[in-house]
Amino acid sequence: MASITLRALRRRIGPVSTSNSRSISTLVVGEHEGGKVKLSCLSAVEAAKSLSKDNSISLLLAGSGSSLREAAAIAASRHPSVSQVLVADSDIFTHPLAEPWAKLIHLIQQTGNYSHVVASSGSFGKNILPRVAALLDVSPITDVVEISDSHIFVRPIYAGNALSTVRYSGAGPCLLTVRSTSFPVAPIFDDSKSKEAPISQVDLSTFSEESIGKSRYVKLASQETERPDLGNARVVVTGGRGLKNAENFKMIEKLAEKLGAAVGATRAAVDAGFVPNDLQVGQTGKVVAPELYMAFGVSGAIQHLAGMKDSKVIVAVNKDADAPIFQVADYGLVGDLFEVIPELLEKLPEKK
Amino acid sequence: MKIMVAIKRVVDYAVKIRVKPDKTGVETQNVKMSMNPFCEIALEEALRIKESGVASEVVAVSMGPAQCVDTLRTGLAMGADRGIHVEATEALYPLSVAKLLRALVEVEKPGLLILGKQAIDDDCNQTGQMVAGLLNWPQGTFASKALDVLVTLTINYEKMEFNLLMLFGLVKVHWQQHRGIHSELQKVVLDKEKQVLTVDREVDGGLETLCLDLPAVITTDLRLNQPRYATLPNIMKAKSKVIKKFTPKDLNVEIKPDFEVVQVTEPPKRKAGVMVSSVDELIDKLKNEAHVI
Repeated sequence: MASITLRALRRRIGPVSTSNSRSISTLVVGEHEGGKVKLSCLSAVEAAKSLSKDNSISLLLAGSGSSLREAAAIAASRHPSVSQVLVADSDIFTHPLAEPWAKLIHLIQQTGNYSHVVASSGSFGKNILPRVAALLDVSPITDVVEISDSHIFVRPIYAGNALSTVRYSGAGPCLLTVRSTSFPVAPIFDDSKSKEAPISQVDLSTFSEESIGKSRYVKLASQETERPDLGNARVVVTGGRGLKNAENFKMIEKLAEKLGAAVGATRAAVDAGFVPNDLQVGQTGKVVAPELYMAFGVSGAIQHLAGMKDSKVIVAVNKDADAPIFQVADYGLVGDLFEVIPELLEKLPEKK
Repeated sequence: MKIMVAIKRVVDYAVKIRVKPDKTGVETQNVKMSMNPFCEIALEEALRIKESGVASEVVAVSMGPAQCVDTLRTGLAMGADRGIHVEATEALYPLSVAKLLRALVEVEKPGLLILGKQAIDDDCNQTGQMVAGLLNWPQGTFASKALDVLVTLTINYEKMEFNLLMLFGLVKVHWQQHRGIHSELQKVVLDKEKQVLTVDREVDGGLETLCLDLPAVITTDLRLNQPRYATLPNIMKAKSKVIKKFTPKDLNVEIKPDFEVVQVTEPPKRKAGVMVSSVDELIDKLKNEAHVI
């Protein structure tokens, strides 16, 4: 695999595009883990596809070692909409530190002149993309839920209680983070081997070292779980303060197991210490949009609804018939969850 | 070390907002406004660092219309030493705010800039990252555990080297003692000063720990701390604290947004649901009507 310099890359991508020109080229900032491109990153590719019909999509993967190479190979061969995979291979990018990553994207943008840079709205994209935007002196548009046009986007404001449509009018590139749940990934057909995207190494020889030493990665305390990822699960079972304690929360986990579901929680349940905080669903936690969302002992504060009201089917079980959660629930059951959950556990069919 | 905290005046989190009929925005007239909850957490953290002896002063900064002074007074009543108000009548977006903050950092030279992770009105989650990028400072976003600020000093006194690793307050005492003893020599040189901050960040899937060199930018997550209430005596005291005024022009910052809001609409309403009376009915509906299990 020949290493090409960024100058050569620029020639290949073509002349400098301005916001006025119709030519759309997008840099998708990818994430990978264990030799695979993350699902959230594929959502960003889906979003990039909807920017324009003839969008040329370059996917950036950075990191080091075999995991990076495997992810790049998969991205190049299995995703027909990706026209190029850029690989930045260096230990500097092993951990998602904002400072070197922002510099990297800035460097690639300066030479590649993309009209759009897209990342998914996870903690990775939210941390890095605004920093890149500042380096490029442009306003980023975060948490996009709908792309109306290559420069018109819809994003929720006020905890999802209003939708704001914005038109980007800047001269620089348009930087977006997109909500994964709003850009579902289409199933991949494995017969597209004929059209393999080229993999290019990013030339890091001009990479400025100055900002790298200012932050150091220490550790990641991850919550290991065998259940599906909350952000992408088909079914989510959530518990609130009504569960009363961490012991009772185990019923939610049992129910989730039976349904093959992910477990979510409200802020009240997290603050009370029932579960770790990465399970929080809401304005400041995760935003989910599963096919089925079951809420037990959840009152339905607006900040919580912001994180789940795009779910296809919402089920609420609460003692209080006046709880706001019933206003968004498709099926509501007024009752004591300590009776309802065991009954559900008993009567639900075994998952396939 | 001085800490600067950015605070924003927003529609109170408990208010059920209404979209204006002409779709130009959200109704903010005659609506209760408060300090953005994440900003309260940011200010609380700054005050705690000061109380631990690491920082000497906490400066609260707010940008926007004249009423932002009320928000600043709230911050001063919580314990901030003084305030800065950048009065701007036009709408401010994160990029402009970040530029104004950079300009203020150049005036005030703080060692730490703390912001909330997002404002609950525009839900942008950008300003902290952007100002860190503009200043070329390291960033610790979504901080969720008390910040641990350490100061390492290497003092080169003639040929002797002292390596001290301790809290800044203590170091300051030692430093003054050295100066006092050898004041006539004037040869105590602060050779190298390295200040470090450890931050635990809430990320998807867990807690990530980073170590940042100061000066740095921190944005706060919900669980970092429980903000204090302003007591009545402190509210009275806050009235006499100084709030300095600037305009974007004073700071040489041009406000020109590179995007425009086309319209603001209400989100689509969900169609009314049904109440079921038993678990059996619920399972039946989910299976045969919604087809989700």
